[in-house]
Amino acid sequence: MDENFRREIILDNYSDPMNRGLIEDDSYLKTRTNSESCIDDLNFMMKIEDNIVKDIRFDGEACAISTSATSIMIRYLIGKTVEEVREILINYQNMINEKEYNKELLGELNVYDNIQPNRKNCALIPSVAVEKMLENLK
Amino acid sequence: MNREDFPMLKKDIVYFDNGATTLKPRVVIDKMNKYYLEHTSNIHRGDYEAAIKTNELYDGVRDLVSKFINCNSDEVIYTAGTTMSINMVVFGYMRKYLKKGDVVLLNKAEHASNVLPWIKLREEIGFEIKYVPLNKDYELTIDNIKKCVTDKTKVVSLAHVSNVVGDVRDVKSIGKYCRDKGIIFCVDGAQSVPHMKVDFKESNMDFLSFSGHKMCGPTGVGVLVGRKELLEEMDPLCFGGGMNSFFEEDYSYELKTVPTKFEAGTPPIAEVIGLGEAIKYLMSIGMDKIHNYEMDLKKYLIEKIKDIDNLIIYNKNTDSGIISFNIDGVFAQDTAIYLNHYHIYVRAGNHCAKMLKDEINIKNTVRVSMYFYNNKEDIDKLVDVLKNSKDIFKVII
Repeated sequence: MDENFRREIILDNYSDPMNRGLIEDDSYLKTRTNSESCIDDLNFMMKIEDNIVKDIRFDGEACAISTSATSIMIRYLIGKTVEEVREILINYQNMINEKEYNKELLGELNVYDNIQPNRKNCALIPSVAVEKMLENLK
Repeated sequence: MNREDFPMLKKDIVYFDNGATTLKPRVVIDKMNKYYLEHTSNIHRGDYEAAIKTNELYDGVRDLVSKFINCNSDEVIYTAGTTMSINMVVFGYMRKYLKKGDVVLLNKAEHASNVLPWIKLREEIGFEIKYVPLNKDYELTIDNIKKCVTDKTKVVSLAHVSNVVGDVRDVKSIGKYCRDKGIIFCVDGAQSVPHMKVDFKESNMDFLSFSGHKMCGPTGVGVLVGRKELLEEMDPLCFGGGMNSFFEEDYSYELKTVPTKFEAGTPPIAEVIGLGEAIKYLMSIGMDKIHNYEMDLKKYLIEKIKDIDNLIIYNKNTDSGIISFNIDGVFAQDTAIYLNHYHIYVRAGNHCAKMLKDEINIKNTVRVSMYFYNNKEDIDKLVDVLKNSKDIFKVII
């Protein structure tokens, strides 16, 4: 991927992230996530209806990588089924952790395919958060 | 100054993370190596040459500490570091001393290690923790402490130098005030003992905690100094070998005297010896000289960065080498990553003072913390990079 294009996508999502700001609504799943290796601290909420992700929102203080990754992931996951989301998360985490993954499944999230080792945890924050919320799905 | 003493500085780096840990001079590393290479042995009860030498060196460090911060040698306890020292005070002394209804005064700029142990013990005893308000510059003053003191106040616990704001608290006046009122005065010296003359007796401290690794010494070792009569009352948190006189089948036992009763098991011997060497090294330079030099550096730094666009500095006027700032609109960690690109090492975060956000309205800052081996060239490099930060995201993404 062209480096300028990659940077542009990341910066656009950092400066104007999708769905920043939480709302009062008890029908959402919620979680707070902060990685042990960095200082990001984000709150997430997600609404699932009829097995489909209807909405994900977030708020908090975080670096450029985790904020942009959150924004891109939110845009990409809304409208997907829970099974599709699980598949995407596995592949996304594999990509970040330099394991085998299916590029076709990740859309714009592919901008993080070459992330520096010390930024991996930042990029993983939204994925960990969504995974945690899915665990609470009964 | 003394840059040639530090092997790490041969690398092309600007080390501004001294609040987290300091670099080690060659003499300290050599002294520890010598223990490992020439006289490895355990302390206590050794009847052979190497053990006798090790024992002498190990116990001798208490005398060095006592000269360094003006206390008695038998008031010096070796610990794992400041955190351990404070936990020993809270769970070894305060657990017996504090009662329901008593008040402990802390403040919101304190490091986790001087807050969480108190919060935990509070669950057990039900005493009250009150947070002394900071002034408009986020500093802790004796006047605000006095305003919070009532006849229920039993303890004042504070960092001599705050690790984020870097304000130097007036421990001499606060100590005198506490002693007159019969309040126990606990001081976290992690950020002060390495940087300035600290006087345990003159400041009427009851307990003083500090770490070796923030003062040119090794990791894994620190000190708790306590007034002898309080240490006599204090319980050890660790029981085992080296600290008991006897124990019998009928459950009877007797502990050794202060300070030995607090040092169960084999201690970090090489580290204690290394700490002693670090103290000798600092004393040979002179603590006043170190402090004055750091103040000159701080003035120089503030003068250079105060006019940089978009730079928010939170503590321009404090008397320590700690400067906390943010580039407006840039997350602190992104700034730290940007600086690392130019081999400038700083720390980003809340610096373990997680309640300071209530006062300062910002959770995370970039912290530059200096030591005597930093110089004006280090500062010039930092200033250059900060001045050109408009391309920060091109650099870090």
